[in-house]
Amino acid sequence: MEDIFNLFHGFAVVIQPFNLLLMVIGIVLGVIVGVLPGLGGANGVAILLPLTFSMSPTSAIIMLSCIYWGALFGGAITSILFNIPGEPWSVATTFDGYPMAQQGRAGEALTAAFTSSFVGALFAVIVITLVAPLVANFALRFGPAEIFSVYFLAFCSFVGLSKEPPFKTVASMMLGFALGAVGLDQVTGQLRLTFGFPELLSGFDFLIAVIGLFGIGEILLTMEEGLAFRGKAAGINPKVVLQTWMELPRYWMVSLRSCLIGCWMGISPAGATPASFMSYGIAKRISKNGKKFGTGQIEGVVAPETAAHAAGTSALLPMISLGVPGSPTAAVLLGGLLIWGLQPGPLLFTEQKDFVWGLIASMYMGNIVGLIVVLTCVPLFAAILRIPFSVIAPIILVFCAIGAYTVHNNTFDIVMMLVFGIAGYFLKKTDYPLAPMVLAIVLGDKAEESFRQALLASQGGLGVFFENALVSTIMALGFIALFWPIIQGGWNWLRGTQDGVTAA
Amino acid sequence: MNQNAKATGGTGPSHRSVEIGVIGVVALLGLIAIVGSLKVGIGWGAEGPRAGFFPFYCGLIVVIASAVNLVNALRAENDGSLFAEWGQLRQVMSVVIPTAIYVFAIPYLGIYVCSAILIAGFMIWLGRYPVHTAVAVALAMPIVTFLMFEIWFLVPLPKGPLESMLGY
Repeated sequence: MEDIFNLFHGFAVVIQPFNLLLMVIGIVLGVIVGVLPGLGGANGVAILLPLTFSMSPTSAIIMLSCIYWGALFGGAITSILFNIPGEPWSVATTFDGYPMAQQGRAGEALTAAFTSSFVGALFAVIVITLVAPLVANFALRFGPAEIFSVYFLAFCSFVGLSKEPPFKTVASMMLGFALGAVGLDQVTGQLRLTFGFPELLSGFDFLIAVIGLFGIGEILLTMEEGLAFRGKAAGINPKVVLQTWMELPRYWMVSLRSCLIGCWMGISPAGATPASFMSYGIAKRISKNGKKFGTGQIEGVVAPETAAHAAGTSALLPMISLGVPGSPTAAVLLGGLLIWGLQPGPLLFTEQKDFVWGLIASMYMGNIVGLIVVLTCVPLFAAILRIPFSVIAPIILVFCAIGAYTVHNNTFDIVMMLVFGIAGYFLKKTDYPLAPMVLAIVLGDKAEESFRQALLASQGGLGVFFENALVSTIMALGFIALFWPIIQGGWNWLRGTQDGVTAA
Repeated sequence: MNQNAKATGGTGPSHRSVEIGVIGVVALLGLIAIVGSLKVGIGWGAEGPRAGFFPFYCGLIVVIASAVNLVNALRAENDGSLFAEWGQLRQVMSVVIPTAIYVFAIPYLGIYVCSAILIAGFMIWLGRYPVHTAVAVALAMPIVTFLMFEIWFLVPLPKGPLESMLGY
């Protein structure tokens, strides 16, 4: 009951005119960020983070989370109209969205995409409202060993669930931890890995890494692919919207299934991209019209968009309740919390009630505002993509540089941004996943601290991670996630031989 | 992939050699982490595990994982696929080089002047825009940025001689 009271209090905070204004600004900036290639949710939020330094944390998180919602919506616009996914999670939307646009049904596809996104996000927010306080409450009892086991589980899930080769994921992740360790050691106050360079004293900031890896790296990839945007006209009017809305309830099963897939994938740090593919794949297999998928089926738009939004939104659940972000963008938001002087983790729910419930309320409001904004302004956003890349690219570069500088008011960070950018280009092209690296840089300090505290308490015995039922269960889940490719391979092999035996 | 490369007739560095190069760099960074950790001590000190304990094992895992990646890369059949064509790499360099100059010039000229030059240069050389259009965009963008950051949000950005001449 108290939670509902708190939620209403949150709504009261959110509907203050200033916060509503920030919400609209955030959504519009977010959609622009989502539409432009080379600017994604994570680095869009990272670049705009400095603008919020002078705001109250609640206003700041409202604006930043709205940028995130906007980016999630924006990805669909380019997928459907231009067959260019603005974001990786909208790749699956192009499969049926673009054919629909080619048949002159762009309005229908866009409406379906936005509405499904909204449904997915709403489902995930309701899950967050109900589950996050319970998780946080439960997590209050966690000691260092349990906290480390949660980090362990989060990182192992990357290895098991990502589609990149597992050893590349491991290398990328551990490199992230090593980069995060550079500078002052939090526990002993000793300098490490600086090799006498004064620039390295404060370590590598993950915001610089995000802007470089995702922003600059993405621009370089876009340059390589050449730049010809030939889009379909965005015809969207109230009649089409209403017609599509009448049709959509028929696909409630697809929606519900996609919501569940999305939430599951979002909470485990697999993220929105695999969620959208998985949801599309399952919808294709189950649907009566499965064979027609890829030729412009509305279900083929509903499934990936719902799942992507549900995953993108529910990625915030572990962030606010445990302090473990489920996606790079959630990690940037977590970085924001640290900058505003808030301690992410279960204590947030007891010590920063206004902030947490303001954030949750803004998720409800932000998605409603977002739906209205995107439905009314599609042609405007589509026009942005018609601006040639030779104009957009330098402007994005300038904003990346500004974003990198303002993190610590340090021009050396801009140089580091370029280094990360070039590294990101090569890593991405050779199949190293970047998200685990970024998350490792953010969480490195905390994971290390809990690991060392746990070892200190046990005088160095690793048994502390298997001391009680709770911590051993989480660790065991982590190991299952870590070795999932092998387990799956073994299972297939067993089944394969069995089939072979029966066939013989 | 192989047929693709043949069909377009492009040449460029092979995917395999770049991949091995990337593995080498990643492993080298892992080694640096190991060396740095050994310097501060990886054992057990008065206050528990010492500062190098955690990064040492991270570095070690990076090196081991890179070894596995190397074996995988060498064992994979060399299908002759390209990392990118030279033409594509030239495109990429046409962004990297101006950006590098931009990044190193910022401490001296300030971000506004550098940004104006970067945008104008991009539009004129890569976009083949008429000079007056390019100059208009290149001037408008830093001015808007200046108003937004310095005046509205009160976030100071690096400034150079031009701004100090104007009294900022």
